[in-house]
Amino acid sequence: MAFDSFSAFITMDGHGPYVWACYAVFFVLLLLLMVGSVRSRAAIIESCRRGYEFQTDKSKVAATSAPSASFERVNVPQD
Amino acid sequence: MWQFFHKLGSPKWFFGISARFMPWLLAGGVLLLMAGVVWGLAFAPKDYLQGNSYRIIFIHVPTAFMAQSIYIMMASAAVVTLVWRMKLADVFVKAVTPVGLVLTFLALFTGAVWGKPTWGTWWIWDARLTSMLILLFLYGGVIALDRAINDEKSAARAVAVLVLVGVVNIPIIKYSVEWWNTLHQPATFKLTEKPSMPAEMWVPLLLSVLGLYMIFGWLACIRMQTEILSREQRTRWVKEFVMKGRS
Repeated sequence: MAFDSFSAFITMDGHGPYVWACYAVFFVLLLLLMVGSVRSRAAIIESCRRGYEFQTDKSKVAATSAPSASFERVNVPQD
Repeated sequence: MWQFFHKLGSPKWFFGISARFMPWLLAGGVLLLMAGVVWGLAFAPKDYLQGNSYRIIFIHVPTAFMAQSIYIMMASAAVVTLVWRMKLADVFVKAVTPVGLVLTFLALFTGAVWGKPTWGTWWIWDARLTSMLILLFLYGGVIALDRAINDEKSAARAVAVLVLVGVVNIPIIKYSVEWWNTLHQPATFKLTEKPSMPAEMWVPLLLSVLGLYMIFGWLACIRMQTEILSREQRTRWVKEFVMKGRS
């Protein structure tokens, strides 16, 4: 150890606030960057999944449900 | 060789191969950075001239080194974008620019806080500090330009040109401490000479530089994956990857 006591380690002969402020800002920003990157990857995967499910739901609905109106020619007697 | 080059350009191939490296990059990076930081903070000897404030060097040098080295990597990728129109190169530039921005800010911030007890001022407009500030603006400019252009291909080309123009700033940063009178001390590490510090100081510094480099590698991979997924979401392999085990 380069310091005699824990309090000497914290104060660093009066340079403590400068040193610790730097390290705090460094780790907070680095952590935010890492967490942000993990989250945005998870978010894009989630939004893709929703998109694919929406597509398959739509095609299922289109395949199964009966058409609400039909456009077949109806022969109405004219006389 | 050329086959490897073309494979490297395929987003799908990169997606698979990067997933294999990422856990190692993250674990190695965190371990090395922690070792360097703890060693530097608690065990490295006090500087005879600057006292304990010099301990900021163990994060200042890694962030400043990465800030420039990321820019050089972006410039190489920009050349690939312009010459070979490789998609992955543009993905890389887009993915790492915010990382470069944050690390440049950190280099400036830690430098300013270190300057106060050492030089007696937070900031002076000298060559090294000003050229680093320009680097920060370059990173910001790249992000802004990319967001301003909707078409992916034109954005890629415009960004590549801007990145290449900005490369002129890198030698200015590097040699600023030699060309002009400045308060800033000269480089800590040089390839051609032995470090001017004792080993108890430069070994932890080297560890934290390597650690941050590996963490950057992990960040680059995960951010490139995000960018690839968002660009390729209409392809079959992304659909298979996303829907895997979820049906």
